[in-house]
Amino acid sequence: MSDYNFAYLDEQTKRMIRRAILKGIAIPGYQVPFASREMPMPYGWGTGGVQVSAACLTPDDSFKVIDQGADDTTNAVSIRKFFEHTAGVATTEHTVDATVIQTRHRIPEEPLTEDQILVYQVPIPEPLRFLEPRETETRKMHALEEYGLMHVKLYEDIARHGNIATAYAYPVKVEDRYVMDPSPIPKFDNPKLEMAAIQLFGAGREQRIYAIPPYTKVVSLDFEDHPFDPSKADHPCDLCGAEHTYLDEVIIDDEGGRMFVCSDTDYCSKRQADGHRGRLSPIEEAAE
Amino acid sequence: MDIQSLSGGFENAPVQSAHAFRTALNVLSRPGTIMELRGANAPAPVSEAAATLLLTLCDPETPLYLADTHDTKEVRDWIAFHIGAPLVGRAHAHFALGTWEALSPINTFPIGTPEYPDRSTTLIAELDELNEHGASLTGPGIKDRAHLGLPEIDAFQMNACLFPLGLDFYFTAGTRVAALPRSTKVEAD
Ligand SMILES: [Zn+2]
Repeated sequence: MSDYNFAYLDEQTKRMIRRAILKGIAIPGYQVPFASREMPMPYGWGTGGVQVSAACLTPDDSFKVIDQGADDTTNAVSIRKFFEHTAGVATTEHTVDATVIQTRHRIPEEPLTEDQILVYQVPIPEPLRFLEPRETETRKMHALEEYGLMHVKLYEDIARHGNIATAYAYPVKVEDRYVMDPSPIPKFDNPKLEMAAIQLFGAGREQRIYAIPPYTKVVSLDFEDHPFDPSKADHPCDLCGAEHTYLDEVIIDDEGGRMFVCSDTDYCSKRQADGHRGRLSPIEEAAE
Repeated sequence: MDIQSLSGGFENAPVQSAHAFRTALNVLSRPGTIMELRGANAPAPVSEAAATLLLTLCDPETPLYLADTHDTKEVRDWIAFHIGAPLVGRAHAHFALGTWEALSPINTFPIGTPEYPDRSTTLIAELDELNEHGASLTGPGIKDRAHLGLPEIDAFQMNACLFPLGLDFYFTAGTRVAALPRSTKVEAD
């Protein structure tokens, strides 16, 4: 084991990342700088999330990777294989069996438990970046809780569109202190940010780690006259009939036919296995 | 350097430190939770839990302060051999180790800056015992309310008032560990 780095990274690098994770837990929503390492995969493939997972995984873990809700995309499969090879960790596609879940753009539908860690891949960790490109300035704004501009931007959205148009990476305030980017999850997922599991966020290119401990107060920014609306689609899943999940629109033929299915593929198949049916479920032969 | 200083490290560092980190993460994420933490043995009076924390989190990049109770030649040698953390005064410490009495007054440690609240000291306070009775805890990581026997109340209340600045604490006793981040609100029960 001595000439082999468990989970790819050397011990000193993992210690540095682990210290950043602990600071993130102690200061919920605050972006902790860390010295991101080159990983054998391009940025945009979640190198921040991969480094956080590498620092967290033990050989006893059961690891799941989801990309937009699916376990079988190229990105998800590569990351899963990476940790199978470098950490010898068991992998799973079942949310309930996973102890560490790395995700891009979704929170699983199945409520997570105290025994789980959810690791997010984050492209742009700074929620104020589109207002202010300079890091020194955004850092000052966080230090002084200067979030007025953020509210102005959201209110301009309402003036222009009649509602807040931001559908992904909808900003939240953590424990009444830091405004935080929840990564590009749909705002449908925002209410789930208050959960029993530990949530860790890793941004590789931008070299930031932040965290939400279990049961931490997470509020989506809104206004009294325009309360936050997670905006649920107004149809059920065409495969499992769920009326409470986030749906993807899928084109099914050349005539423009389309269907709506749960973006969380594991959740949808589990419901189908449990006997739930949707509008386009295959017709089953009647049991004799 | 005697034999005691050369022994007591991890036999399988990558795996043992991964498990130890998960414990450190779990107790800090759930203030009041007490867990077992084993694997490293440093010379007395360093507890097994504290030695395992040091080995998991500290290295040449993390200046360490040893309070009087733990500042012995044997402990220094052990740290030099296994960890390599430079030993420094309170004002420069990323980590600090000692009994609660020896670490006090805690307002002598860095609490971070408004722009970098993470540039603060993490204290490892050795206690005689750890139990889930005592001070009442609320805040991030705690569903309703948790309880933890703390050596005092005032210091932690004042620390929480500094949030998002402030100190974070690990409490160790034998092979047991608990933690208290700066975000926890503490009340006498
Ligand atoms: Zn479905």
